[in-house]
Amino acid sequence: MTLFLEQCLNGLQFGLLLFLLAAGLTLVFGIMDLVNLAHGSLYMIGAYFAATFADWTGSFLIGAALALGATLLVGMAVEVIVMRRLYGRDHLDHVLGTFGLILFFNEAVRLIWGPEGLSLPLPSWLNTALPILPGFDYSAYKFSIIVVTLAVAIFLYVLVMRTRLGMLIRAGASNREMVGALGVNIKLLYTLVFGLGAALAGLAGLMQAPILTVQIGMGENILILAFVITVIGGIGSVRGAFVAAIFVGVVDTLGRAYLPDMLDAVLSPDAASTAGPALSSMLIYLLMAVVLVVKPEGMFSAGGR
Amino acid sequence: MKRASLHDIAAAALLLALALLPAYTQLTGNLFLLTLFTRIVILALAAASLNLILGYGGMMSFGHAAYLGIGGYAVGILAYEHVYSGFVQWPVALLASALFALVIGALSLRTRGVYFIMITLAFAQMAYYLIAGLARYGGDDGLTIQKPSRFFAPIDLTDKTQFYYLCLVLLYASIYLVWRLTNSRFGMVIQGARSNDTRMRAIGFPTYRYKLACFVIAGTLCGLAGALLANQANFVSPAMLYWTRSGDLIIMVVLGGMASPFGAVFGAVALLVLEEALSGITEYWQIILGPLLLLVVLFARGGIDGLLHSLGRRLNLQAKAEP
Amino acid sequence: MSAPLLQVEGLAKRFGGIVATDDLTLEVAAGELHAVIGPNGAGKTTLIAQLAGQLKPDAGRIHFDGRDITALPMHRRSTLGLARSFQITSLFLDFSVLDNVALAVQAHAGHSFRFWRNARGEEELRQPARAALERVGLSARADRPASALSHGEHRQLELAMALAGNPRMLLLDEPMAGLGPEESVAMVAMLRELKKELTILLVEHDMEAVFALADRITVLVYGRVIASGEPSDIRANAAVREAYLGEQEAAHG
Repeated sequence: MTLFLEQCLNGLQFGLLLFLLAAGLTLVFGIMDLVNLAHGSLYMIGAYFAATFADWTGSFLIGAALALGATLLVGMAVEVIVMRRLYGRDHLDHVLGTFGLILFFNEAVRLIWGPEGLSLPLPSWLNTALPILPGFDYSAYKFSIIVVTLAVAIFLYVLVMRTRLGMLIRAGASNREMVGALGVNIKLLYTLVFGLGAALAGLAGLMQAPILTVQIGMGENILILAFVITVIGGIGSVRGAFVAAIFVGVVDTLGRAYLPDMLDAVLSPDAASTAGPALSSMLIYLLMAVVLVVKPEGMFSAGGR
Repeated sequence: MKRASLHDIAAAALLLALALLPAYTQLTGNLFLLTLFTRIVILALAAASLNLILGYGGMMSFGHAAYLGIGGYAVGILAYEHVYSGFVQWPVALLASALFALVIGALSLRTRGVYFIMITLAFAQMAYYLIAGLARYGGDDGLTIQKPSRFFAPIDLTDKTQFYYLCLVLLYASIYLVWRLTNSRFGMVIQGARSNDTRMRAIGFPTYRYKLACFVIAGTLCGLAGALLANQANFVSPAMLYWTRSGDLIIMVVLGGMASPFGAVFGAVALLVLEEALSGITEYWQIILGPLLLLVVLFARGGIDGLLHSLGRRLNLQAKAEP
Repeated sequence: MSAPLLQVEGLAKRFGGIVATDDLTLEVAAGELHAVIGPNGAGKTTLIAQLAGQLKPDAGRIHFDGRDITALPMHRRSTLGLARSFQITSLFLDFSVLDNVALAVQAHAGHSFRFWRNARGEEELRQPARAALERVGLSARADRPASALSHGEHRQLELAMALAGNPRMLLLDEPMAGLGPEESVAMVAMLRELKKELTILLVEHDMEAVFALADRITVLVYGRVIASGEPSDIRANAAVREAYLGEQEAAHG
């Protein structure tokens, strides 16, 4: 039972991490109508920066904070140099252009940090188990990820729903020209939004770094999941992204944990060993395909914030 | 009488050069060049099939590499089970690709825009995981093919020159097929649907079924390329299906230009030759390719096709005064 | 009296809180030119979209030539003889003018699973296309790209495409939109000619054109029919004057 609970928490943690990525993606798409394939690169850069800065300063937290700032800067630079020229163009152009960025970033990272990945060890005070319930311990670090991402989610909610900036963001999503006509500095708004997305991606990257390896191409694998979430949740909807992310995280984690065993019970061992891992990997994509077939605009299409 | 444009001359020259290549490699003994260009020709075929749906049909599929993998694995799996006859392998490869394209297309074409991109991507990933999960056929490590596809004598695919010419002939045939297709009534519907799908339906075309047919044709052609690729490398692996490979194909199509069937050939040659040339200079060549792609998207959207056309116009204007 | 060619009963459509079409009933007799007028936001384009099959009504029925077409998909309505032009230019801009019309012809020339013959060489497609262009007066521009045409010529092309399928009835959505005075006169003359062979439902803002052409007029306000009848009755109708014509007369002085 505790194992199941642990897997559920793992799913929640994974889902929340995916939410950080998906939120940035969906905001950028919803407001600037920009499909950004290079979002995963920002995730990767966040992780690489964190590993490096933590190593230099000897402190995990300071390294993380520096990495966050650095990723924010890189994000804003990318927005000014590249993204501005892509706004208003065909989505195909976005996909191609940002694909080019992926190639660039992957190679740049390889050039600077070398082909082997890095590692980011956990500080001892996080590397313990927390007694969540009597008799049930959970990784303190993973728990802190849950706490931090929930805090960020709340922050995003407050930002988008309660602040002036958030109002501009929501307005910009429904009517770009109007917001510009109101005298708001659209360029600055876009840079800020993109920077926010980059920071979120970087945060996700640096938080995942101690658990997974920090390596080139780590962005691409998770990017697809983020896109799947964006699609399921409805493009432009942060709320949709939240729900979809949790759902996807839990389903994916539980699927990987239990599906092979479930198949074992039903199929022959040979077939199960083949089908098990394949099916659990495919599960999320099957889910997205089902959603799109049933509701081609996503579950909560833009409008729900 | 239409004067031959610079674009057409360049295309003809390229096709001629490709035909003469084996003679060159025989003379210079540069076998590597033959292998490289065999790969280029095969990928040009794959790119031409993508151009059909992307350039003409406006269907941005990010999962086209899946058919390379399906076609390739059809050959690979049958070879593993000791079925070496090309007469069995290749039709199976084509059929499997067509079936996958039918299912994937039928579901994906219900969506549009970025959702279409995402769902084709998702399906390709599913195919990837499916194949990577086939432990019997090598899983992640891939599958070596012991013998190439066997046809009747004198066709011998172990002969690299013969194989090259087979691929080249198939490329020529595919380009011709695409050219005919896009100028036919069917092609008009496909291009019309790209231009304005709502209007097409308003004037009476059930565009879905035409787009689906186009999708299946493209997938089948790409499956053929996959079967060829399997024979070229004597090896297939799940990496053939990974979504970044679909990205490579898209780059070829855009780089070459989507306005003509030749674009795919220009694109495949340009990309792969560029890769070879750049990797000679630095092992970090993708750091140049990335921004280059971005620049093409921003400033040379018509790709090599477009550049040749505008260059040709400029040269014509300088050669004599046009009325 | 023969049955009406187009019969709309109790049509209704909402978008969230907005009622675009409200229990709309109207009839168009065969051979007549029936105009639909109303202030902006009256739901005229929404009506056309539902008649053409682009939008699905929430309630109500549409009968064309005695047949219930309410659930019929858009591409099938054209085959039945119900053609439509668009208010906002909706052409194939990267094709030539002739290609545009030829496509409209092709839609009615059997299935298009023909993969080999060059469609641009098929006289059975090109001939009717040229004829349609001739009718609207665009023959001289046949080989130009559609994107190169002026706005007025775009409206002409719209009309040519609607005609190319030999429809029985035309749904015209503001064909005069954006036309200058000379072009408007030409368009009215053209519509007067077409009236003789086709049934037309005309949505328009241009009151001169409406009163010059219409056999009957229906007035819409907020998606509801507030009056329907002969032009002289409509002119005299107090409610109509107040809701709509009053503004127009004030504007025109």
